[in-house]
Amino acid sequence: MTEKHRIDLHTPLSDNEVVKLRIGDLVYVSGALYTARDAAHKRMWETVSAGGDPPFDPAGQIVYYVGPTPAKPGRPIGSAGPTTASRMDPYAPLLIERGLKGMIGKGRRSEEVRTAMQKYKCVYFGAVEGTAAMIADCVLSAELIAYEDLDAEAIRRLFVKDFPVIVVNDVVGGDLYEEGRRAYQRPRPQ
Amino acid sequence: MREIQVQEIIPAVRQLCLDANYELRSDTVEAYRRALEVEESPAGREVLRQLLRNAEIAKEQKVPFCQDTGYAVLFIELGQEVHIAGGSFYEALHEGVRQGYAQGYLRKSLVRSPIERVNTGDNTPAIINIEIVPGDTFKVSLLVKGAGCDNVSALRMFTPAEGLEQAKQFIVDTVERAGPNASPPMVIGVGIGGPFAQAALLAQKALIWPIGKPNLDPALAQLEDELMERINDLGIGPAGYGGRITILGIHVESFATHIASFPVAVNIDCHSHRGKEVAL
Repeated sequence: MTEKHRIDLHTPLSDNEVVKLRIGDLVYVSGALYTARDAAHKRMWETVSAGGDPPFDPAGQIVYYVGPTPAKPGRPIGSAGPTTASRMDPYAPLLIERGLKGMIGKGRRSEEVRTAMQKYKCVYFGAVEGTAAMIADCVLSAELIAYEDLDAEAIRRLFVKDFPVIVVNDVVGGDLYEEGRRAYQRPRPQ
Repeated sequence: MREIQVQEIIPAVRQLCLDANYELRSDTVEAYRRALEVEESPAGREVLRQLLRNAEIAKEQKVPFCQDTGYAVLFIELGQEVHIAGGSFYEALHEGVRQGYAQGYLRKSLVRSPIERVNTGDNTPAIINIEIVPGDTFKVSLLVKGAGCDNVSALRMFTPAEGLEQAKQFIVDTVERAGPNASPPMVIGVGIGGPFAQAALLAQKALIWPIGKPNLDPALAQLEDELMERINDLGIGPAGYGGRITILGIHVESFATHIASFPVAVNIDCHSHRGKEVAL
């Protein structure tokens, strides 16, 4: 692997932009992101299962797995680091089938999610856990759009500028956690 | 006899909580820089650059660099010539933490019981370890302990026959199992010896040791070097994206143990290795 130059993407994303991305690519995301974590995903799943529509149209969009802390006065958002994506795995294919183009979180995804990503052309980006100050600095505005009663877990539309993420799972089945480690692991001398 | 008022202790502890959460330990920042020099993986290098940038922004804007502002663990060196006056010493320490977390917009991350799980509302109680030392020194060190990495820490009681080789394998395996979920590059505290509980305390205390400073005991320093190499050979890398730097440092604390025991505790800290100390 060689040093990658940055790729700038602005939401909404097209299939054409998404299929070019490969694991390890450094991407700076600008535009709208939708925040949703455990409770919001569960509620969207219930709505859609009952024949309704999710509270935003996922086509071309990116969902960010985050539950931000309250904002200091004068700031759009508090700490907004990524949360563990695997907890959203049971619900993720639902949005992917409806045209979701990206997810931002941390940690491994399930086989089902990775398969859906390949089939419907969606990528999974990793944000670095614990870089809450840097990520909050990329957030220009935050607007509540659904499930206000869920508080930190409500769905918000964030406008971000140059949010740095790395492609962890791409549309050709690549997995940075597996392939990255394989490239650098040294066998133990016997 | 030197007298210290609890009214001086409260603001000192409050400030420790703010500083520790807004400004990364200088040895952690130095360790990121050294890691960036040796890391070969492009994704790993990017993660290290982001960590450095995050630390700068947090310091500049006075915001916590990680949303998990953790459990406040205090290590106190109390000179036996010091008299704490004006109120309860323990309460002053808790009050300092309470004020720091309230005023600093730091997340309150503690629940009253593991079963009922009701938030205590003010990030107390603090964990307080007091060591009585000669003279009239008064030093407080704060370790901010996040949960993601604490959750993958481990303790095992080996027998003397199983010995050092198995202990080493256990330490390496514990870090491997922690993997990307513990937010690598990690910092590792190891405690060997004592009875059961002592090993865990030693492992936790090992985390306040400066990163990269060799052990004063040459045999333990050699053990640390070997473990550092074996763990970094795992290839997990920054954020688990693959790379040469899986841990920034490892420190081993050793203590007397029973003739029938070989306790080993491994306490893992994430890349946001935070702490601060103050002397009054």
